Amino acid sequence: MTTPVKLLDFITILPVIFLAAWACLLLLVDLWVKHKRVTAYLAALGLAIGLGLLWYQAAWIGNAGFNHMVVLDGFSVFVNALLLLSGLLGIALAYGYLRRMGIERGEFYPLVLFSLSGMMLMAQAADLIVVFLSLEFLSIPLYVLTAFAYPKAASEEAGLKYFLLGAFAGGFVVYGIALVYGAAATTALDGIIAAVAEGRANLSLLVSGAALILVGLGFKVAIVPFHMWTPDAYQGAPSAVTAFMSSAAKLAGFAALVRIFALAFSSLSDDLIPILWGLSALTMLVGNLLAIPQTNIKRMLAYSSIAHAGYILMAFTAFGNPGVAEVSIAAVLFYLAAYTVTNYGAWGVVILLERAGDLGLEIGGYAGLGRKYPALAACMTIFMLSLIGLPPTLGLVGKFYLFRAVIAADLIPLAVIGVLTSLISAWYYLRVVVNMYMRTGDPEISPEPWALTITGLMAILTVLVSLLPGWLFFLASQARLNLF
Amino acid sequence: MLFSEAMSTGFFNLAPLVVLFPGIGLLFNMVFGGRLPEKVVGWVASLAVGAAFVISILLAVSLSAIHGHAEIVSVTEWMSIGSLHLDWAFRVDTLSVAMMLMVSGVGTLIHIYAIGYMHEDVRFKGDPTRFQRFFVFMNLFIAMMMILVSGDNYLMLFVGWEGVGLCSFLLIGFWYDLDILGRPSLENAKAANKAFIANRIGDFGFLIASFLIFTYLGSLQFDLVFAEVEHVAQPVILTITLFMLLGVVGKSAQIPLFVWLPDAMAGPTPVSALIHAATMVTAGVYLVARSAPLYGTVPAAQEIVALIGAVTALFAATIAVAQYDIKRVLAYSTISQLGFMVAAVGMGAYAAGMFHLVMHAFFKALLFLSAGSVILGIERGYHAMSHGKKGHGFHHTDDEVFNPNDMRNMGGLKDRMPVTFWVYLAGTLALAGIPPFAGFWSKDEILLDASLHYPVVYWLLTAAAFMTAFYMGRQVWLVFFGKSRHEAAEKAEESPRIITAPLVILAGLSVLGGVLNLPHFHTLGHWLEYTLGELRISEFSWLMAGQATLIALFAIFLAWLLYGRREQAANEPDALKKLLGPAFVVFEHMYWIDEGYAAVFINRYKDLARFLAEVIDGRFWHDWLHDSVLAAGFGKLARFLADPVDLGLIDGIANGLADLTQWVASRLRRFQNGFVRSYALSVLLGVVLILGYLLFR
Amino acid sequence: MLFDYMAIAVFVFFSTAIAVTAILLGGLFGPRRKSEVKSEPYESGMIPIGPGTRRMPVRFYLVAVLFILFDIEVVFFLPWAVSFRKLGLFGLIEMFIFIGILLVGYFYAWKKGALEWE
Repeated sequence: MTTPVKLLDFITILPVIFLAAWACLLLLVDLWVKHKRVTAYLAALGLAIGLGLLWYQAAWIGNAGFNHMVVLDGFSVFVNALLLLSGLLGIALAYGYLRRMGIERGEFYPLVLFSLSGMMLMAQAADLIVVFLSLEFLSIPLYVLTAFAYPKAASEEAGLKYFLLGAFAGGFVVYGIALVYGAAATTALDGIIAAVAEGRANLSLLVSGAALILVGLGFKVAIVPFHMWTPDAYQGAPSAVTAFMSSAAKLAGFAALVRIFALAFSSLSDDLIPILWGLSALTMLVGNLLAIPQTNIKRMLAYSSIAHAGYILMAFTAFGNPGVAEVSIAAVLFYLAAYTVTNYGAWGVVILLERAGDLGLEIGGYAGLGRKYPALAACMTIFMLSLIGLPPTLGLVGKFYLFRAVIAADLIPLAVIGVLTSLISAWYYLRVVVNMYMRTGDPEISPEPWALTITGLMAILTVLVSLLPGWLFFLASQARLNLF
Repeated sequence: MLFSEAMSTGFFNLAPLVVLFPGIGLLFNMVFGGRLPEKVVGWVASLAVGAAFVISILLAVSLSAIHGHAEIVSVTEWMSIGSLHLDWAFRVDTLSVAMMLMVSGVGTLIHIYAIGYMHEDVRFKGDPTRFQRFFVFMNLFIAMMMILVSGDNYLMLFVGWEGVGLCSFLLIGFWYDLDILGRPSLENAKAANKAFIANRIGDFGFLIASFLIFTYLGSLQFDLVFAEVEHVAQPVILTITLFMLLGVVGKSAQIPLFVWLPDAMAGPTPVSALIHAATMVTAGVYLVARSAPLYGTVPAAQEIVALIGAVTALFAATIAVAQYDIKRVLAYSTISQLGFMVAAVGMGAYAAGMFHLVMHAFFKALLFLSAGSVILGIERGYHAMSHGKKGHGFHHTDDEVFNPNDMRNMGGLKDRMPVTFWVYLAGTLALAGIPPFAGFWSKDEILLDASLHYPVVYWLLTAAAFMTAFYMGRQVWLVFFGKSRHEAAEKAEESPRIITAPLVILAGLSVLGGVLNLPHFHTLGHWLEYTLGELRISEFSWLMAGQATLIALFAIFLAWLLYGRREQAANEPDALKKLLGPAFVVFEHMYWIDEGYAAVFINRYKDLARFLAEVIDGRFWHDWLHDSVLAAGFGKLARFLADPVDLGLIDGIANGLADLTQWVASRLRRFQNGFVRSYALSVLLGVVLILGYLLFR
Repeated sequence: MLFDYMAIAVFVFFSTAIAVTAILLGGLFGPRRKSEVKSEPYESGMIPIGPGTRRMPVRFYLVAVLFILFDIEVVFFLPWAVSFRKLGLFGLIEMFIFIGILLVGYFYAWKKGALEWE
């Protein structure tokens, strides 16, 4: 039944192995490196090599490894490429930020790499055990990163909260996996499919297991009501970490969610649709509503991140409908890419404006940015428009695909909620724009070259790709899920 | 053999070049002219026209090699809409080639002349940068004129027709912001507008004629149209020809639309010579000749045309005798001579009309150019005079009324400008119809034809011929003989060779041009027969010729009696005025036609415009309908929508929603209390809800 | 199926019953004399001094965490040793990698000074 390990098995997760090994090495190398920016460049080099290996690995798309515990398919390559790029962006944003905040410690970069390798493994996981393993693998470095600004109390508190609640939610995942195992006598996704197909599985047990796994993963991507950690963790964590966390962790979480549910649990779709429906509606509502009273930009963006998880979940609600699944998965991937770009840009602006001691984070402090730094304000406006989903930005295109999937699945009320909450979201996003252009103030930025570059680049991408979104959507729709 | 073959086939394909060469010249000067010296600009423009002349000669030679059969050189399909199929095609036949030769030949000489003339003119007016613009416009004019004469259909002809009209407008208003002495003034621009608007009326007639032709004869292409003429009712053709006549009287300055031409003398003298004497104004004559098959079928139309031409000829000639401006005399003379031509083509004497057209182009161009030379000479003298006076603390701005065109300021230029005098004399004799000068032969043919077929026309034209000889004699004596009546004339200088050389060539043509169509040979007449069919050619009559010559000589003698025998003093009233009294005043003021038009048409038109603008548009449309009805109504509606509807209802809903949202948000916020235990509870709650749902669904 | 677990249920029942019975009997028949010593949490052992939430040097935790970490990792050697023959060369290499990862952590802790008390 089990086959011995071959070279091909390693190739299927080559970037993950490489990244983990590179992180180990970096951890050691860093001990003797005096200037931490060398570590940063080495980490970036590792990510670049990872991208190269991903390219190389793409030739083997269509293989499973380690007895079907991991798979290499178009979906995983797409997600992993996004993850690696998002790692690069995160490092670029952190580069100057950490030094400015006095927390330039070499461990930051290995931790990012460790977390990324966990995320990438998660995108490839074809067995619930591997899902759990990679979930922990990506989470633990994130807990540390969240508390990275020690001895700042807020950061430590955030790290601890995240850790405790993460462990709590991790427990549900394990419990869910146990239930699934109880129902299907296997944790392998293809095994579950086979068990259901052959009628061996205890379906009610399986649904309960799936629901618990949904809880665990929902916690990771900040679905209401498992979202409570998000604002605190996002606000407490150093901004560079938040940027990375809100983009990459969300990507990985949704990757696992999509793979597990669209493949293994697609037969449970009818049972789960009401749950997903309720969760996404609740998430969109609560995320957007609670973003309104926020005065801290980090907290506001945290709620915005929750709301966007809701939009993505909305498109995925009808995952079991074979006619819709393909479109909705492509829409989810496209939106994740779009959100990554916009999110990094917005956090880039936040980072540029933040000053040591949690200063410069109030939305009111953005007043006068339009007059003093028109280009930066224009970038921020673009990101805010994109987050609302207004033209000419990626957000609009992404939302368009999301809503198309929802409407194709005939979930009109959900789409209506999505549109209405998008309208609500304009309120708090535009408040930033209003502050920048219509109020007077004297904001101060720290002109870090990398952060500026990333911010500008993301703004250009947000507009440019929105004008020519076809190729990205093509890639997203080519990224097919498979178990082989 | 090869050459003749090339002549019979190849050269026709060169026809588009007659348009292309001036086009290239104009583009070249437009793009590079600003950076090149004046000489280069001028010579490029002249060469472009000269090249077109060479092409025209080649076309003429090839045409005679195939015995004058019309060749149609199609360049490309122009448009194809419904049953309307038009090619951008050049028609090479004896008529068009004759026109091409005349246009490009005279055009070349005038271009060369203009190099010298404009060089001085732009400096006198104080804006040398316009030199380039002048030649660009001139080349554009030649190109357009070539399209006009070589087009194979009425629409192409119309394109050329409009094109030359545009060039005429541009060149009359060349000094649109300056007067004749280079002072700010809008008179020239007004003259340009007048010409353009008067031509618009004519163009309207031409357009309607074209529409009618297409509607009733099914095509605009000449051959197809003429082939259809027989199958169409006479009244239709009559209507067409009369509308076309409207175009003719506009373009060729006949009664009643001739008023623009005297004012058109505001343009620089080469323009007057080229456009308003030799070429453009003859387009109307060409149009009638071209449409001979149409006019041939309706004698009534022919008679109207002939009568209009004859009346115009006499009418303009009477005005010419009472003018003081050297160019205005020539302008009325041109109108009068155009009347001769129109009368000729109207009578069906196409050969005579075209013959006179070509001869007139020679001698009238010569006269205008010489007049230009005279004006330049006077300007030079004025310049020298004012420079001299400056030394004595004398401001020449004091005598602002000085007009270098005014013959009362001239006199005695014979010795100061000898070349100009001799060529002017040649032109004068040609125009007056003294044998053996060019004008004698052509005018004689027209008179002869008229005497045989249209006695009324004959008497009108004879009277006009008498006047012509008289006013030309008056002009020569006033300008060249006697004593100088102004200091400027005393100091006048002869023009440089670049100006006089073309004059000498044109003088030669004016003297010898008659050989083109001598009695018994009728070279031009037979040449045109290839195109126009069997032409009516009257045999030479010694009686008629002698009579005409005697009349002309008597008129010149009369002019000598009045102006030559006794010298005119500087401020003395005109000798003729003493003789004729009020009649002279009538002539001098052009029968108050301009004022009459102003009173009858223009002011009524302005009244109407004012009524439309102030009452209909202003009071009715803007004040009442717009402000009171639309704006006020809209305002009321807007206030209704804004206040109760928007502020009350919509805003109420929106604000209510906003308040609700904020209230909900503040409630929800309480859950986010920072305690891990409540966060965990929230997760647990979610789990319980989900599992509960799964359990109890 | 559940019948197989009946023995456990019987065991649970009897053990609970015996404990309850013993406490009940003691309560019913035993004398009740209160003294200070008796009301202390621990009758024998250290006498409590100071508050219970005393501060401890963080080094203890560090050492404890490191100990647990390495101790538990070492536990993984046992199953590997048991099935060493079955796993063969692959297992050997795998274990070397595992030890390598452990060593990375060890070196890191060492270089960071986590092993030094002062």
